[in-house]
Amino acid sequence: MTTDPPPGESRLRAESVTLAYDRRVVAEKLTVAVPDRSFTVVVGPNACGKSTLLRALARMLRPARGAVLLDGQEISARPARQVARTLGLLPQSATAPDGITVADLVARGRYPHQGLLRQWSREDERVTQEAMAGTGVAELADRYVDELSGGQRQRVWIAMALAQQTPLLLLDEPTTYLDIAHQIEVLDLCARLHEEGRTLVAVLHDLNQAARYATHLVALRDGRLVAQGSPAEVISEELVAEVFGLPCRVIDDPETGTPLVIPAARRRAGSVTGAGRRTR
Amino acid sequence: MRTPIHRRTSAALRPAVLRTPGGLSMRVAPRTAAVVAALTVAALAVSVLLAGTGDYPMGPSAVLRTLAGQGTAAEEFIVLDLRLPRLLVALLTGVALGLAGAVFQAVSRNPLGSPDIIGFTEGTAAGALVAIVVLNGSSAVVAAGAVGGGVLTGLAVYLLAWRRGVHGYRLVLVGIGAAAMLGGVRHYLLTRADLVDAARAVLWMTGSLDGRDWSHVWPLLITCAVLVPVVLGRGRPLRMLEMGDDAARALGVAAERTRMVVMGAAVLLTAAATSAAGPIAFVALTAPQLARRLTRAAGPNLLPAAVMGALLMVAADLVAQQAFGDRRLPVGVLTGVLGGGYLLWLLWTERRAGRV
Repeated sequence: MTTDPPPGESRLRAESVTLAYDRRVVAEKLTVAVPDRSFTVVVGPNACGKSTLLRALARMLRPARGAVLLDGQEISARPARQVARTLGLLPQSATAPDGITVADLVARGRYPHQGLLRQWSREDERVTQEAMAGTGVAELADRYVDELSGGQRQRVWIAMALAQQTPLLLLDEPTTYLDIAHQIEVLDLCARLHEEGRTLVAVLHDLNQAARYATHLVALRDGRLVAQGSPAEVISEELVAEVFGLPCRVIDDPETGTPLVIPAARRRAGSVTGAGRRTR
Repeated sequence: MRTPIHRRTSAALRPAVLRTPGGLSMRVAPRTAAVVAALTVAALAVSVLLAGTGDYPMGPSAVLRTLAGQGTAAEEFIVLDLRLPRLLVALLTGVALGLAGAVFQAVSRNPLGSPDIIGFTEGTAAGALVAIVVLNGSSAVVAAGAVGGGVLTGLAVYLLAWRRGVHGYRLVLVGIGAAAMLGGVRHYLLTRADLVDAARAVLWMTGSLDGRDWSHVWPLLITCAVLVPVVLGRGRPLRMLEMGDDAARALGVAAERTRMVVMGAAVLLTAAATSAAGPIAFVALTAPQLARRLTRAAGPNLLPAAVMGALLMVAADLVAQQAFGDRRLPVGVLTGVLGGGYLLWLLWTERRAGRV
């Protein structure tokens, strides 16, 4: 387990930030660096400050103290449109406007590249098509967003963020409300975007999915950084107990060899009576 | 189980792109362009009919001839001096209210977020009533009172609804509260007024175009000439705000600044329209929704809403003048009846769609 900043370069970092909504302090003196070209996943129990940290990294929330730096400059001091060409965010709260088509929503990702007199260049058209093809929603282009399934809709939002063409992409709980198959579909898509050279930062709830997909894991509790590093370095029975307060065993994931957290059972299988037994 | 049939958009909804060799580009949905053109033609056609309506009826050809400077002296006096100002007040009021309604509905992300419902119209009415009843003011003082009341109400609602930014529901709820309180003020002032003032106040509050002359046109025309381009110029960031503040800001939109600029402009447009014609009911509520149903386009539909507002105003005035024989109605009565009916229909369809 290590809390040292990772070696290598970090275009995006939070330096000793205190994050607060009005007077309510969520995190104090938090320092997190996002390694370039990593798939960084932030984990921790509910209300530990995960999403708040992500919002601060995406300049949605200005730190009360400390600074978020993008390429060495304070992010809130840089022009919003310029930042929007470097760093994209898929927020949890995004709502699709009534009656919007998939192609129109994805096209909105081009906003930071456009102007009043340059509303739709050939480049905009090409990038939008590519973003839809890359997320497998090209054949949905003319459909209305509000009649898609949850998994399809999430891929459309990711396509919109891709159309923004940013080397850094932040995703706030991209798998929430999706069933397990769609969760894996979205995470596989994220993994591919990472392999293509983007730096990804995601907030995830599922520790095992985090262990499987992350190259860099950040574990928070009560707004404090408990550990960061590769999943193999970070995840241990002690850490899960410390961060989540959950007794567990950690074994190797039979598919990937990454750590797999098995929560301790309240009752052993043999003592189960009736319910849960499979009848043949 | 999922239905195998999906709505697909038709080609007319897909945006067409115009590009110049210099790298400039415009993106327009053909259907939206057609709707704006058709509404403009309809508004102008009704305007010609309206200019021929009154104690001295004139046919459309006579009206057009007079407008081109070929009419008799009597026709010129009737059309240019008496009816044209009234007509322009109607058209400009419609544009101002339609645009303001589209802005408030986009900012509050709520089809009820129009100046009628969220208190600005009540604010202008209260301001005008103070001018009539307390100050016994001239029509210029009444107009100033209306603008002042509207702007003050706008500021108060904005500040009360502000909590790390202004959000849809809070704006609508605070606005409804403000409207209720201002309604109380209005009734109190009416009970205190003498009969002449009360009659004047009631006529003003109905919303009327009677007796409007060029002195009503100019302030409204200047306000529209300045603020309509300001609002239309913010159409693109405003459209991004529909996705929520975080999503818009992630795309580089200055969310709070955009909202302040367009809301400030919309409050001033509403106040200017109200001070020229009284609180015309429901145009700001209905015009954006009707426009949106015609264009079938997502987004605030600013320009279609503005043109639709103008058409609604002249059409309502035409009906108010013609449909009831000698008893001409103030235009506000008609927009009120039409708008109320529309509101019921909206609630009915929304309820059936399970959204209310």
